Amino acid sequence: MSTGTTLTSWGAIRLVAGREIMTRLHSRSFVWLTVILVAAVVLGGVVLNAASSSGPTAERVGVTPQTAALAEPITATGSTLGTEVETVDVADDAAGEAQVRDGDLAALVTGTADDPTVVVDTELSPGLTAVFTTLAQQTALSDAVADLGGDPAQVAGDIATAEPTVRTIGEPSEFDPARYITGLVTGILLFMAIMISGQLIAQGVVEEKTSRVVELLLSTVRPWQLMAGKVLGIGLVGLGQVALVVVAGVGTALGLGLVDTSTIDLGTAAVWALVWFVVGFVSYALLMAGLGALVSRQEDVGAVTTPVTFLMVVPYIVGVSVAPWAPDNPLVVWLSYVPLCSPLLMPVRIALGSAETWEALLALGLSVAVVPVLVWLAAKIYSNAVLRTGARVRLKDALRAA
Amino acid sequence: MATLEIDSLTKSYGDVRALRGTSFDVRAGEIFGFVGSNGAGKTTTMRIVLGVLAEDAGEVRWDGRPIDLAARRRIGYMPEERGLYPRMKVGEQLVYLARLHGLSAADAKDAMERWTATLGVDARRGDEVQKLSLGNQQRVQLAAALTHDPELLVLDEPFSGLDPVAVDVMSGVLRDRADAGVPVVFSSHQLDLVERLCDRVGIIKDGAMVEVGTIDELRRTEHERWVVDGPPGATWIGAVPDARAVSLEGSRTVVELTSAGGVDGTSGREQAVLRAALAAGPVHEFALVRPSLTELYRDVVSAEEKPAGEAAETVEVGA
Repeated sequence: MSTGTTLTSWGAIRLVAGREIMTRLHSRSFVWLTVILVAAVVLGGVVLNAASSSGPTAERVGVTPQTAALAEPITATGSTLGTEVETVDVADDAAGEAQVRDGDLAALVTGTADDPTVVVDTELSPGLTAVFTTLAQQTALSDAVADLGGDPAQVAGDIATAEPTVRTIGEPSEFDPARYITGLVTGILLFMAIMISGQLIAQGVVEEKTSRVVELLLSTVRPWQLMAGKVLGIGLVGLGQVALVVVAGVGTALGLGLVDTSTIDLGTAAVWALVWFVVGFVSYALLMAGLGALVSRQEDVGAVTTPVTFLMVVPYIVGVSVAPWAPDNPLVVWLSYVPLCSPLLMPVRIALGSAETWEALLALGLSVAVVPVLVWLAAKIYSNAVLRTGARVRLKDALRAA
Repeated sequence: MATLEIDSLTKSYGDVRALRGTSFDVRAGEIFGFVGSNGAGKTTTMRIVLGVLAEDAGEVRWDGRPIDLAARRRIGYMPEERGLYPRMKVGEQLVYLARLHGLSAADAKDAMERWTATLGVDARRGDEVQKLSLGNQQRVQLAAALTHDPELLVLDEPFSGLDPVAVDVMSGVLRDRADAGVPVVFSSHQLDLVERLCDRVGIIKDGAMVEVGTIDELRRTEHERWVVDGPPGATWIGAVPDARAVSLEGSRTVVELTSAGGVDGTSGREQAVLRAALAAGPVHEFALVRPSLTELYRDVVSAEEKPAGEAAETVEVGA
């Protein structure tokens, strides 16, 4: 006959994977999902940036020529108390009061430097209240010191350098918003990516079963080759999708200067996130492929994959709700070593900076070690169930059948 | 070209015995018609040939050796349950399936173009399969079975759902492939079509072959039957020794020669029938009656329901 018929296993897997990739890339819903995910990460970064830079702005306080001498002490006291104060010179009381009324100034200091009066529109902000109170107290203290024959400047200097002796007996709190957000985003992203890819696998398996094309396929390729090709193809597409989102996220964070690169290693967190996506995807994809083969209708995919979905939700919830606040919580730590939970928890711990490298490698080793078992299990269920159309095949039967 | 041998296959689904020692072979260059009632075991047999199902016992041989995946890749298969990706384009799909059978990308594309043109669906290459009519989907399905230039064709009910023109196209393609030396086996319930198209026929019943042979072999009856169009049979049948009337309908009489003897009118004993009829009046037609495949099939398939011997009374005079 005309052509060579040597199709190796790898050749068959590549063909199947190639078809899966082309199908996803041609799918409008898939392309839109990716665009939306990338946009969400970038927009999230921009919003976060806007929120953090619009934080406490300087309080504008007006001083008249008579009270201009107080400008420097006000600013200095403000910075001691953590209230940023910007002093503005105004021509006279009337002009200053007009600006206070307009809201241009938070307060106006009138009167004289020795006996100032603070003019506000309705009330003084808590920050400025503290500043002016402290200032008044210092004035009173200086007056008293002078009355007693002391040197107010000397006393002021002593007070300024006095500080309590502090001894720390607990662990220093390491709550870092950047880390928290990185951990949270990693957890959510991995969960979504693995979940979506897993569903695609199950739907793909059922599509072939529903359309009966699987019988034609299985007359030329072995079941495990078909399954492997499907997992590889959808996995590569999913990896590309996650990589895009991660790169967009890291790029946004670095570009906007959202994170302090000295306290958090985004590059490492990103690489680990991709590694864990691969491990998590392969593990769950195999389970999804096996379970998907049990049913013949798309409507039943959800029901049959529920146990696996539940298996994913538990570490996910722990990862995003417990881990960021308490990275060393025993539940978090122990679950992060359990295969099938690791891919959703360990990258969160890594992003939070709470996992040592050896811990990550150990969890990775355990997860990878379980993959051959999952391959065997999924291949058995898949081969036994994929040609049995009609009613849902019971898992027990699929495992038992020869 | 090689022979496909199906040897003593058995298969059970739970308590249901689908196949009990099914055996037949399909030789190079012949079209083999595989007939039987629903559930008799046709699809199960074909699925085992393709390796989609595993047999409990028995063997399928190709070219004298047990059939393996490499040999199965050279089969053109049309499953009973039609199967194509509904949302994949006709052209892409055929190329993909051809490549799974081992063709290079370029060869697969050539074959796709050739077969879509031959089967008259070349205008639909860019359309998704689900947008095609059922008849056209069927043509695409056949194209999928042919693009890799198979060495054996196994088609499960390839004619069901086809319009007469498509039936002619399909028949032509099968004849053409068989003439090129490819063994072709197909199942069908359209027995007139099987009779017209097939070189050999196998009838399966309850998982075992009850008849296998050429159409002529199958149509040969144990006792010769002759139809006489002339004087009513009742008036002259008594004068013929070793003969009985199978049916008496006005001027048409079907006579069966009950004694053992030659077949196909070689014994000369039918002349006694003709003489007796002529003695009673003018005879307008005198011919050997051969049951059609449909009649044979009914006989075979209903044999169990009827006590032996009575089956003959259901036979009608064929055209």
